[in-house]
Amino acid sequence: MNGSLAMVPQATDYLRVLPEIVLSIFGMAIMFADPLLKERPPRTLGTLALLGSLLALAATWVQAQYPGFAFWNMVRVDAFSVFFHFLIVAVTAVVILTSFEYMEVEGIRAGEYYGLILLGAVGMSLMSSAVELVLIFLALEISSIATYILAGFRRRAAISSEASLKYFLLGSFATAFFLYGVALMFGATGSTSIQVIGAALSSFEVPALAYAGIALMFVGLAFKVAAAPFHIWTPDVYEGAPAPVVGFMSTAPKAAVFAVLLRLMFEAHAPGRIGLIWVVAALSMTLGNLGALVQNNVKRLLAYSSIAHAGYLLVAFAAVPDSGIPAAMFYAASYAAMNVGAFAVVSHFSNAGERYVKIEDYSGLSSSSPLLAAILTVFLLSLIGIPITGGFIAKFYVFSAALQSNLVGLVILGVLNSAVAAYYYLRVIVVMYMREPRGEVPVSAVPAGMGAAMAVSLAATIYLGVLPGRVLDYAGRAVAEWLH
Amino acid sequence: MLHLVLFLVFALGCVAGAVNLLAQRHPIDSALSLVVVMGSLAGEYLLLGAEFVAAIQVIVYAGAIMVLFVFVIMLLNAGVEERTPGSRVALLLGVPGMLIGSALVVWLLLERSPTPAVAAGALPGPPQTIAWLLFHDYLLPFEVTSILVLIAIMGAVVLASPPATTKKES
Amino acid sequence: MVPITTLHYLVVAAALFVLGVIGVLTRRNVIIVLMSIELILNAVNLNLVAFSRLWGLHGQVFAIFVITDAAAEAAVGLGILIAFFRNKETVNVDEVDLLKW
Repeated sequence: MNGSLAMVPQATDYLRVLPEIVLSIFGMAIMFADPLLKERPPRTLGTLALLGSLLALAATWVQAQYPGFAFWNMVRVDAFSVFFHFLIVAVTAVVILTSFEYMEVEGIRAGEYYGLILLGAVGMSLMSSAVELVLIFLALEISSIATYILAGFRRRAAISSEASLKYFLLGSFATAFFLYGVALMFGATGSTSIQVIGAALSSFEVPALAYAGIALMFVGLAFKVAAAPFHIWTPDVYEGAPAPVVGFMSTAPKAAVFAVLLRLMFEAHAPGRIGLIWVVAALSMTLGNLGALVQNNVKRLLAYSSIAHAGYLLVAFAAVPDSGIPAAMFYAASYAAMNVGAFAVVSHFSNAGERYVKIEDYSGLSSSSPLLAAILTVFLLSLIGIPITGGFIAKFYVFSAALQSNLVGLVILGVLNSAVAAYYYLRVIVVMYMREPRGEVPVSAVPAGMGAAMAVSLAATIYLGVLPGRVLDYAGRAVAEWLH
Repeated sequence: MLHLVLFLVFALGCVAGAVNLLAQRHPIDSALSLVVVMGSLAGEYLLLGAEFVAAIQVIVYAGAIMVLFVFVIMLLNAGVEERTPGSRVALLLGVPGMLIGSALVVWLLLERSPTPAVAAGALPGPPQTIAWLLFHDYLLPFEVTSILVLIAIMGAVVLASPPATTKKES
Repeated sequence: MVPITTLHYLVVAAALFVLGVIGVLTRRNVIIVLMSIELILNAVNLNLVAFSRLWGLHGQVFAIFVITDAAAEAAVGLGILIAFFRNKETVNVDEVDLLKW
C-alpha cells in the first residue's frame, strides 16, 4: 500500500504505470512527427510506433519489478496485471507490423492511425491494472473510442463508416449500461474501489441493488467482448473495419475487458455470478458457431468464430477461481496469438480495397502460395483446437477447470460446439488445398513487416501448444498471489 | 416545503423534457427538450447540494455539448423521421418491456434500507473538497482523462476531414 | 408532507434511464438515438450525485468524469456521423438502416 499516505505521487507510483507513460509519449510523438514527416512514407511513422510498443514491452518488465498499489489505490501491479500488460502490448506491436503494408496499399492517414493504436493501448493496459471503477470506466472509454474511430478508417468505403457508426452507437449504449451499473453499485456499497466493494459484499447481506449493479455492468462488458446475446454488432463491424484493425480489436481490447471481468467477478465476489455466466457462455458458443456455418466472407466467419471463442473463455469464469482464472488467462493469450495471426494473413491476402475476402477467393492457395496456405492452416487448426497448437491447450484447461467445478452441462455443450466449429474452419482449409486456383486472384509476396508479424504469431501459437508449462505456471502463480 | 415544491418542479421538468424528446419527430425539437432536461437536472443537483456539478452541467452539458448537437443537426440538415413497421413493433414491445423494467428498478430501490431525508441547501460538497479529491485521490483518472479527450479530438478531426485523394479504392 | 429523500431522486433517475433506453430502441434517427444515450448518462449522474448524499463526495467526482466522457463521446459520435453522411452522399438521416438489430 505504499504511496497511499504521501501527499504527492512518488517515483514508484510512476514506475507502476510506466508502460502507459511510454505508450502515451510515443502516441503523442507520432502526432507531432506526422506533419514534419509528410514527405516520408508512412512506414517511418510505423517504425516509430513499433519502437514505442517495444519500449512499452520493456517498460512492462520494469513495472513488474515494483508490484503493489499506486496512485492511492487506483492501480494494482501484480503478476496478473503484468500478464495482461504483456499480452496487450505484444498484440499492439504485432498489429503495427501487420499495418505497414495495409497503410501503403490503402493510403490511410498514418499519423492518426498509429497514434490511435498506441493511445488505445494505453486504455487497454490500464484496464488490466486498474482496481477502481472510475479508472476502469475511463480506460474502457479510451479503448472503445479509439476502436470506434479505427473501425471507420477505410475512408472511401461506405461499409467502413457504417461499421464505425454502428459500433459507436451500440458501444456507447453499452457503456451507458455499464455506468448505470457502476452507479447502482456505488449506491449499494458506498465505494467504487473493487477491493472495498468485495469486502462490503462479503461482509453483510447483499442488497438487491448490488445484484442489479452487477447485472448491468456485466451487460456493458459482455457487449465489449461480443458475447451473445450482445453480439449483433460483431459481424457487420468486423466486415467493414480495416483487416489489421479487426485483428487488433478482436484481441487486445477483449483481453483487457476479460481482465476487468475477472477482477470484478472474483475480487468483488460478484453475487449471482454462475447463473449469469452460464447463460451467456452457452448462448455465445452456440449462436457464434451456428452463425459461422453459413458465412461466405472470411472476416464475417472469423467474427462469428470470435463470438464463439468469447463463449469458451466465459466458461472458465463459471469455474472456481483457482483453476478458472489461470485457464481464462491462458485462453486469452492463445486466442490473441492465433487470431492476430489469422487476420494478418487475411489482411495480406485481401489486397487493395479488401477485394478478396470471400472463401472462394482462397481456392487453390496451396499451389499459388504454399507458405501462406500453411500458415493460415496452422491458425485455423488452432482455432479448432487441434493438439500441438495453443488453441488445444487453452480449450483443454478451460474445460477441465469447468469439470472440476461440476459444470458438466456447460462442458458437454462446449465440446459439441467445438465439433460444429471444426466444420467451418475445415471448409476454408479444404478450399485452399483441394480446389483449383482461381487465376484472377493475385497473391503478392509477403513484405518483411507482415512476415515478421506472421512469424511472431505463429511462434506464439505453437509455443503455447507445445510448451504451455511456463505460461500456465505464471498464470497459476499470479492467481495465488492475487487471491491468497 | 420549498424543497418539496422545487423538487417536484425540477423532476417534472426532467421527465416531461425526456418524454418530449422521444415524442418529437424533428431532431431540433428533441435537442431543445434535451436542454430542458439538462437545465432541470442542474436544479436537482443544486437541491442535492452539488453546486459544482450543477455549474458543470450547465456550462459543459447544456452549453457545449448541446451546441455541438444543434450544430450537427443544422449541418446535416436532418429532417423529420418516418415511422416504419419495424419501429412500430419495437415501440409495441419496447414500451411495456421497459415499464416492467422500471417497476423492477423502483422495487430494487425500495428494497434498500430507508435513506435519510435530504435537507435543502445543506452543502456537503464545497468545490475545495472536490478539488482535493480530483487532484489527489483521483489524480490518475484526471490525467487519463486528458488522453481520452486527445483521442476524441483526433477522432473528430480524422473522421470529419475529407478522405485523402492520393489513392483510389474500388 | 412527505420529506424528500434520496430515494425520490433515484426514482427520477430511473425514469430518465428507462426513457433513454426506450429512445435508443425505438427511434430511427441517429441523432435522436445519440441524445437518448445522453439521457441515460444524465440518469447515471443524477444517481451518482444522489448517492453522494449518502456516501460522500466520491459520487460527485465520478459525475464530473462522466460529463467529460459524454463530451468526448458526443464529439466522436458526431464526427462519425459526418463521415457516414459524406460516404452515403446523403444528409437524410432516415436512410440510415442502422437499427436492423
